[in-house]
Amino acid sequence: MQTEGKSRKLLRIHRDDNVLIVVVPIRPGDRDIVDGRDVVFTQNIAIGHKVAVRDIEAGEKIFKCGVPIGSAKERIPAGSHIHLHNLKSDYIATYTLDKDHVFVK
Amino acid sequence: MSSSSNAFALQGFLRSDGRKGIRNCIVVAYLVECAHHVAREIVDAFRDQPVHLIGFGGCYPNAYADRMMNTLCTHPNVGGALLLSLGCESFNRHRLAENIAKTGRPVETVVIQQTGGTRKSIESGKTWVSKALQQIAGVPRAPLHVNELVVGTVCGGSDATSGISANPAVGRAFDMLVKQGAATIFEETGEMIGLEDVMSARAVTSELGHELKTSVEKAAHYYKQMGHASFAPGNAEGGLTTIEEKSIGAYCKSGDSPISGLIKPGDVPHRGGLYLLDVVPDGEPRFGFPNINDNAEIAELIACGSHVILFTTGRGSVVGSAISPVIKICANPETYERMSDDMDINAGKILRLEASVDEVGDEIYRKVLDVASGTQSCSESLGHQEFVLTYKSFEPIGPACLPG
Repeated sequence: MQTEGKSRKLLRIHRDDNVLIVVVPIRPGDRDIVDGRDVVFTQNIAIGHKVAVRDIEAGEKIFKCGVPIGSAKERIPAGSHIHLHNLKSDYIATYTLDKDHVFVK
Repeated sequence: MSSSSNAFALQGFLRSDGRKGIRNCIVVAYLVECAHHVAREIVDAFRDQPVHLIGFGGCYPNAYADRMMNTLCTHPNVGGALLLSLGCESFNRHRLAENIAKTGRPVETVVIQQTGGTRKSIESGKTWVSKALQQIAGVPRAPLHVNELVVGTVCGGSDATSGISANPAVGRAFDMLVKQGAATIFEETGEMIGLEDVMSARAVTSELGHELKTSVEKAAHYYKQMGHASFAPGNAEGGLTTIEEKSIGAYCKSGDSPISGLIKPGDVPHRGGLYLLDVVPDGEPRFGFPNINDNAEIAELIACGSHVILFTTGRGSVVGSAISPVIKICANPETYERMSDDMDINAGKILRLEASVDEVGDEIYRKVLDVASGTQSCSESLGHQEFVLTYKSFEPIGPACLPG
């Protein structure tokens, strides 16, 4: 199911991805085709940000470039912005940033 | 979208170890900074001919630099070598010359103190290079198959576009090369934090997986000791949510193939597959940053046998390299428009939705074969031949690093 031929704003990087990358700024009311379906966006989404290519269930892995980059914190409908509010890292956080921005165990 | 290894009839320069070069150059190698000027004067006399300047500036011995110089002077793209010694440096010029001679390549050492100084050494070197160029013109040619190629990749001058256009496209080209039996090499363990487990799972054995994971942990420790924030989480404003997502920017150049081995600078893969090059020194930091600039990494990829380097850039690097051609893949469409003379591939059209990642991956693959057939890359035709080599220290790789 290739959608990038029809989309005017969204880039698919890898066939296994469940996110698309915004390459043209999205404004509320903008329409596009996501996974073969018409989607009307309700918010501003900036270039480089991610949008769900299909409905994603809570706990599902999010794939970008064919690589898991974390898990969905909640159900994410197709076309929704994916960012800090609904995606969390799966990396076992042995490293954190201290006040000097140096990774410490 | 078809890429057949038979579509290109490549001819290589056959070397005595069975490897084949895609170029046939003479390297002029200074063995201490004190001999650099004489070496450069010799090289400058052969502009537009395949005579490349390399060297090591240090006067004190270093096993890593010694190994690098030995592997570089016997690289399949090298037909012969002129060594420039001041005379009192500690580099083992005798062993280097012997090792080159053993491969059947023409080699000569000019010792400046014995030859009578700058002017006489330059003249003596120029005379030898003229003869050597004639001599290597007779190197036998042999059919070169894609499964004999070694291709390295590096990124430099990256920006937010690198990870979503040029790097995934290189990953696709790597997949095609591996499928055809070529050896491909990626590196930058310092930018793979958060992906240790993902990368380990791609290893052909669990023991290799453990080694891969350890190499990223080593990089994390090294950078921490160096006290610079190489691992700061991605900028959320730019759309990066997790540390894994930040790290895939560089990691996705590796494509989807299984990882066949872990190598260190100077280790040459002896069969096809995908290899991780560990460029971070072993032990506590002794000589500073793992690599002081992009060319330090390129020289290491070449020392591992790379015939060609795929260099992705967003902001716009212009460098090339001595010995092996560098193919420049520009991630950012605006940079491409500004600097198109320096760029072989415009991956920025992915972001303009004018081409898919697969299509640009295919274009990169075909460019590799084109350059392997003798066509100059942009940096080559512009005369770029950057080279740098500094002090480092490594332990040899363990038995789990190159399985079966």
